[in-house]
Amino acid sequence: MSARADILERIASALRDHPAVEPVPRAYRSAGTLDRAALVEQLVDRLVDYKANVFVVAAADAPAQLATLLAGVSSYVVPHGLDEGLLAAVDGPVREVDSPERRLDVAGLDAVDAVVTGAAVAVSETGTIMLDGSDDQGRRIISLVPDRHICLLRASDIVQILPEAIARLDATRPQTWISGPSATSDIELERVEGVHGPRTLDVLILT
Amino acid sequence: MSGTFLGMPTLPVFGHGNLNATEPFPTAARSELANPQLRANLGHATHTIRDKRLRVVAELPDWEELRDAGSAIKENVMANLPALLEQFEANFTARGGVIHWARDAGEANAIVTDLIRATGETEVVKVKSMATQEIGLNEHLEEQGIAAFETDLAELIVQLDHDKPSHILVPAIHKNRSQVREIFLREMPVVDPELTDEPAKLAEAARKHLRAKFLSAKVAVSGANFGLADSGTLAVVESEGNGRMCLTLPETLITVMGIEKLLPSWADLEVFMQLLPRSSTGERMNPYTSVWTGVTPGDGPQNVHLVLLDNGRSAALADEMGRSALHCIRCSACMNVCPVYERTGGHAYGSTYPGPIGAILSPLLTGIKSEENNSLPYASSLCGACYDACPVKINIPEILVHLRAEDVDSKRSATKVPTQMDLMMKGASWAFSSGRNLGLLEKGLPLGKLAAGKKRKITKLPGIVAGWTQSRDIPAPPSQSFRQWWAKEHQEANHDGGTSTNPAATKGDA
Repeated sequence: MSARADILERIASALRDHPAVEPVPRAYRSAGTLDRAALVEQLVDRLVDYKANVFVVAAADAPAQLATLLAGVSSYVVPHGLDEGLLAAVDGPVREVDSPERRLDVAGLDAVDAVVTGAAVAVSETGTIMLDGSDDQGRRIISLVPDRHICLLRASDIVQILPEAIARLDATRPQTWISGPSATSDIELERVEGVHGPRTLDVLILT
Repeated sequence: MSGTFLGMPTLPVFGHGNLNATEPFPTAARSELANPQLRANLGHATHTIRDKRLRVVAELPDWEELRDAGSAIKENVMANLPALLEQFEANFTARGGVIHWARDAGEANAIVTDLIRATGETEVVKVKSMATQEIGLNEHLEEQGIAAFETDLAELIVQLDHDKPSHILVPAIHKNRSQVREIFLREMPVVDPELTDEPAKLAEAARKHLRAKFLSAKVAVSGANFGLADSGTLAVVESEGNGRMCLTLPETLITVMGIEKLLPSWADLEVFMQLLPRSSTGERMNPYTSVWTGVTPGDGPQNVHLVLLDNGRSAALADEMGRSALHCIRCSACMNVCPVYERTGGHAYGSTYPGPIGAILSPLLTGIKSEENNSLPYASSLCGACYDACPVKINIPEILVHLRAEDVDSKRSATKVPTQMDLMMKGASWAFSSGRNLGLLEKGLPLGKLAAGKKRKITKLPGIVAGWTQSRDIPAPPSQSFRQWWAKEHQEANHDGGTSTNPAATKGDA
C-alpha cells in the first residue's frame, strides 16, 4: 500500500466515530469603521512603532519625495510595471529595471542599494503592507535582497482590518506581507530591527 | 480513497523521532531547577512575553470571537481531514508542486534526503520548522553527508552551541545576551572580536555570518504554518527575513508539514493570522509572512516539494478526548504562561514540544507507553492558565487528566498483582462506600495524632505515598473528625430541646 493510501486510511479509521462539528461562528469583525484619514493615521502609528520611516504626501508630490529619498544612493531597482512618472524627478542614481525579459540575478540585486515597489493593500490595524507580485511590485526577490525597501502605497489601498485585505488578495499569487523592517526578538525577547531582510523600510503613503 | 471509512478499524500507528522524554519529568526537572542562571533567563523572558501578549490581545474587541472561530475551524478540519488533504493535494499539484506522503519520521527523512541528493547539492539552508525538528532531519542529513544550516537567529544560536532548542518559538530562550555573545565569538568562523552583547550587534553578526550562504543556496528546507486546501497555498510566518531568503532565492524548496496544518480556505487565514502573531511574539503582526502556491514561473523556487507528515498524528486523531491537541498552531502562548515551564524550561520535557502543549502532544503522538512520556501529563498543576491563553481554546488541563487516566489504565492492564495504588484505591472505595465504614476508619484518627508526635506534623509517609511528603509536611490530624463532632453537637442540641447553637443544624436556615 502506498504511504498516501495508508495515511488516508489511518485517518479515516481514526474518525470512525464521525465527530459532530458545529458550523464555524464568524462573529468577529469583517469590516472596519475608520474613515480614510483615520486609516492613514493608524497605519502611520503602527509603522512608526515598527521603526519604519513613513512619509504621507499628496500623489503629485511623490516624485519629489522619491527624489529626496534616493538622493544618497548610487543605484536602485524597480519592477517593470512601476509608473515611470513617479521616478521622473530622480536624478543621479543608476536605475535597474527588473522585467520578465531581463531578470536581475542575486548578485546584481545584492549590488544595488535600494528597491522601489508599489503595494497591493495595507492593513492599518496591524501595520501590514501586502505585496502580491503584480507588475508594479515585481518578483519577491527584488524587494528582499536590496538593504533598503522604499514602498509606495496609495491611501485608497489601506483597509483597517485583516479580513478586508484577505478579501482583496488572490491566494494563488506569491505574496509577501511586510510589517516593518526585518526584526528579531530571539535574544531575551527584545525586539531589534535589522536582520536578513531589508534593514530600512521607507513607506510613502500617497493621498 | 474517500473520506468515508469502510474497512476494519486499524490500531493507531504512533510516531517516532524527537518526541520523547528520555528520563522521567521530575528527574529531568530536578537537574534543570538546579541551574539558577536558567531560571533567571526563563523568568525574565516568559514574563516579558506574557505582558506583551496581554497588551496586544486587549487591543482587539473581538479576540474571544476570533478564538471561537479558530477553534471551530480546526474542529472542522479534523473532522474532514481526508477530503481536505485530497483537495489540497490536487490544487498544489495543479500549480506545479510535488506532494510526497510520509507515514513517519524515517520515511520523511528519506524523502527529503533523496530530493536533496537529486539536486547534487550537499548543503541546504533551513527555515525554523518544528516538523523537521520532530523528525530529527538535521541529524539524519548529517549522517548522510548533507550539511543543514539553520538560519533563524535562535536556531543558529542553538546549532552553533551544539545545544537543543528549549522553546518552540524562541529556541534559545534559555540563553541570555552575554551567553549568546560567547557562543558567537567561539563558533563563528569570521566574527568581530569586539562584538558586544547588545542584541542589535548580535543580530548584525548573524546577518554577516549567513548572508553569503543565503545568496548562494540552491536548496532550502522549510516547515509551514498553514496549508490552504481550497487553493493549495502554503504560508510561513517569520521575523528576520531568513524565511523569505530560503523561500525565495534557492532553486529547490522542500517543505515538511504535518497533515493537521491545513485550513479549509484562504478566508480562514483572516482568523489565524490575527490569532497567531499576537499569541506568539505579542506583536500586532510578525514582520514577514510568505505565501506561495506551487510554482510561480520566474518568481521563487521552480522546483517545489511538500512532504505531508503523519508521524503519529492519525493516532492522536483516533483519541476522541485528545484529538483537539492537533488544533495547535505552535504559538507557544501556553508555555509562556505555565508556572511549571517557567521554572523548569523546555529541556526537562525531552520532546521537541515542551510546555503544556508538549505534555499532551508528545504522548498523544508516541503513545503513552513510549519511553518516559507517561510522566509528562503530570508536569502540571492543572491551573488552567494554558487553556485561557490558547488562541484555539485547546482544553489542555482536560486532556492532561485524560492522559493521566490512560497512564494509570496502561499500568493496570500490564500487572496482575495489585499495586500499592490499587490497594489504596480499593481501601478508599470501601471507606467512602458507606458512612459506617468511614466512621470506623475515623476512630483511628487519634493514632495519626500519635504518629505526628510533639512536632504535630508528619514528615515522612511510607511506600508510594512518600512522594506526597517529599516536599511538604502533613499537619497532625485532629483528635476527632467533622462527622464525629457533628454527631456529638447534634446529640447535645437535641437534649437541649432544639435550641442548637449550631446555626447549620436549624432547619430552614440558609
